[in-house]
Amino acid sequence: MAVAFDEMNGPGGDLRPAYLELSRWLKETPPDALEYRRQEAELLFRRIGITFAVYGDAEAQERLIPFDVIPRIMSAKEWAVLEKGLKQRVRALNMFLRDIYHGRDILRANIIPDDLIFQNPVFRPEMNGQDVPHDVYVHIAGIDIVRINPENFFVLEDNARTPSGVSYMLENREIMMRLFPDLFARHRVAPVERYPDELLSALRSVAPLGAAAEPTVALMTPGVYNSAYYEHSFLADKLGIELVEGRDLIVKNDEVFMRTTEGLKRVDVIYRRVDDDFLDPLTFRPDSALGVPGLMSAYAAGNITLANAVGTGIADDKAVYSYMPEIVKFYLGEEPILKNVPTWRCREPKDLAYVLDNLGELVVKEVHGSGGYGMLIGPAATKATIEAFRDKLKREPEGFIAQPTLALSTCPTCTESGLAPRHVDLRPFVLTGSSHVTIVPGGLTRVALKEGSLVVNSSQGGGTKDTWVLDE
Amino acid sequence: MLSRTAENLYWLARYVERAEYLARTIEATLRVTALPNAYIGKTNEWDSALLTAGVSASFYEVYQEADERSVVDYLSFSPSNPSSIRNCIENARLNSRSVRTALTSEMWDTINSAWIELQEVWGKGTKTREELARFLRFVQETSLRFDGSAYRTMLRNDAYWFSRLGLHLERADNTARILDVKYHVLLPEEEHVGGPLDYYQWTSILRSVSALTAYHWVYRETLKPWLIADLLILNDSLPRSLASCYGNLVRNLDQIGVAYGRQGAAQRHARGVRNRLEHSHMDDIFQHGVHEFIQEFILDNGRLGEIITKQYLI
Repeated sequence: MAVAFDEMNGPGGDLRPAYLELSRWLKETPPDALEYRRQEAELLFRRIGITFAVYGDAEAQERLIPFDVIPRIMSAKEWAVLEKGLKQRVRALNMFLRDIYHGRDILRANIIPDDLIFQNPVFRPEMNGQDVPHDVYVHIAGIDIVRINPENFFVLEDNARTPSGVSYMLENREIMMRLFPDLFARHRVAPVERYPDELLSALRSVAPLGAAAEPTVALMTPGVYNSAYYEHSFLADKLGIELVEGRDLIVKNDEVFMRTTEGLKRVDVIYRRVDDDFLDPLTFRPDSALGVPGLMSAYAAGNITLANAVGTGIADDKAVYSYMPEIVKFYLGEEPILKNVPTWRCREPKDLAYVLDNLGELVVKEVHGSGGYGMLIGPAATKATIEAFRDKLKREPEGFIAQPTLALSTCPTCTESGLAPRHVDLRPFVLTGSSHVTIVPGGLTRVALKEGSLVVNSSQGGGTKDTWVLDE
Repeated sequence: MLSRTAENLYWLARYVERAEYLARTIEATLRVTALPNAYIGKTNEWDSALLTAGVSASFYEVYQEADERSVVDYLSFSPSNPSSIRNCIENARLNSRSVRTALTSEMWDTINSAWIELQEVWGKGTKTREELARFLRFVQETSLRFDGSAYRTMLRNDAYWFSRLGLHLERADNTARILDVKYHVLLPEEEHVGGPLDYYQWTSILRSVSALTAYHWVYRETLKPWLIADLLILNDSLPRSLASCYGNLVRNLDQIGVAYGRQGAAQRHARGVRNRLEHSHMDDIFQHGVHEFIQEFILDNGRLGEIITKQYLI
């Protein structure tokens, strides 16, 4: 694997301009002062209770995501390109979803094979012909971005269902501003604090046509045992909306109400952090106690907006992902600004053969997977793991895609032996309302804390950093 | 507000209040059992601590005998006792997590810090009496801090009123229970005993509801059983008396009723209980039987809990 591009010390070891001031500051700051601040940050996170749960890990039911105090910095110019590319991509995603559940022009144009859609378990036939307000399906998108050189941004995956992590983007910034006021004074960092306002106005803008002038928005959570529960309560608090569980809601005459101390109250928009499968036991999994019986029929009647819409999983399927450049061109008639990582679709025999021959060098992912579970990183895997994966691949090739093992860019990070480069990715959050697409400058930077590791997922030992976009 | 949110706030306050009451009960029992036998007689004080906590039956499913070690452990740390102090704090935190948006950051910080300390410092229980004393202090301070942050930082709206309802309902229940278990030491017939034995029982009762000093300020007399009963049942100025709890319950329910523009069964029932307390005299209560009076009160108080739940929380 090639030497990774370091975002501070660029190719050839030249300090990149965005990091000039940080580098100066690091030289003036004694290492134990950094360590002290790091401990202070950890204490703050614990006291505020910013935790997440790892499934199947009884010991550590609530864990902290490690926080690295060295910020990741982008110049205004870099951000401008990224922002444009993200808006373009999310516009295309929404048009694609509208098309898939209506006219299906893209299938008739033979750009995507039919069976990839219709045989796909995350395709929701319930959504066929169903209109959603303002044709917005993905109100909140988390697009995972990686870099391998100074020139290009690559999209690693699109999260179009219930992307999480935005609370870390906001809390990381709060804590950094508290711990390092001096460092902020020496930079002009674009603020991220408008995110909750932008989110609320996006959600209000997509209320059903019949809703009141001041539509009621609620955030629906699976409950305190969900891994992202902290984020749900955090966002509900910042937005000033009720945090509801399925049992707080009731459907009557195809309208949705919440049970309050003053009786039933009508709800117009649900920002739901519950997966499709668990939304309504009458339509989806009958054994689910998390959902609301009748919710889907209220949805079909057009009396409630769900954000994100039902059935968006088809847009973040990793096999569909491989068609994103074509999808962007088809709907917008533009060249995609953000590149895709080259992807082999194991469902195609030619690609599968190549993948099987090169398992040791590739990253293989489940098409419906997320959270870094169930993937193979060839160069880091043992022979036995590779062979086990080979069997899985042969048995169910359509369940997988493969990508080259990218040398993800690195950023300086606090480690036990001082500052050292660690691999990072970036998840910006893209909001789509009735009339426009917005992104607060930055996003969540995830960092693989283990030396050489490429897995940044928090469930797999990754950490986070504050992400700065300089306002030049 | 969401019914579930109101329910969580209500139970959160109840759990915190219960934890404090248990800590006080243990403290008072430790004091009385430290006295020479001649002063306390043959009653098993640890047994009556279990009774006042209302967990006697479940205790004897696990243990043979009630002594200091087993009762302290059961009331403080036992995971199998649903209302051990540990479970109260765990439940309080769970409830807090469910309603974080309705809590002020000070309240959340109090509960979350207590929960962290419970695991990190008290995860293995306590080994010595000194450790135990520190633990009991910690529990009481948590409750004081929680109550103080609620009082000082919460908006005065339905969230606040529902949390106060939980607090006063639980408090009334605790005071009534201790009276129920100890009523026999308060009976005037036994006054002639009058020896040191009863005296220490009386102070113990007052201590567990933090009313020993208050007694002297109110009555300026040596301890007399009917005055103790009067203080704990009818004296409106003692925060843990039944009368004071019901004054507060009525007030908070009225505020909810006004805010929602609607009165209901809860308001009526609470007013009924308060009126009975207001118009009672200690003489009559003794005449008709303290035991019966308290029993009826406990039932009435439980009923109010059910009515509130039905009217607002589900």
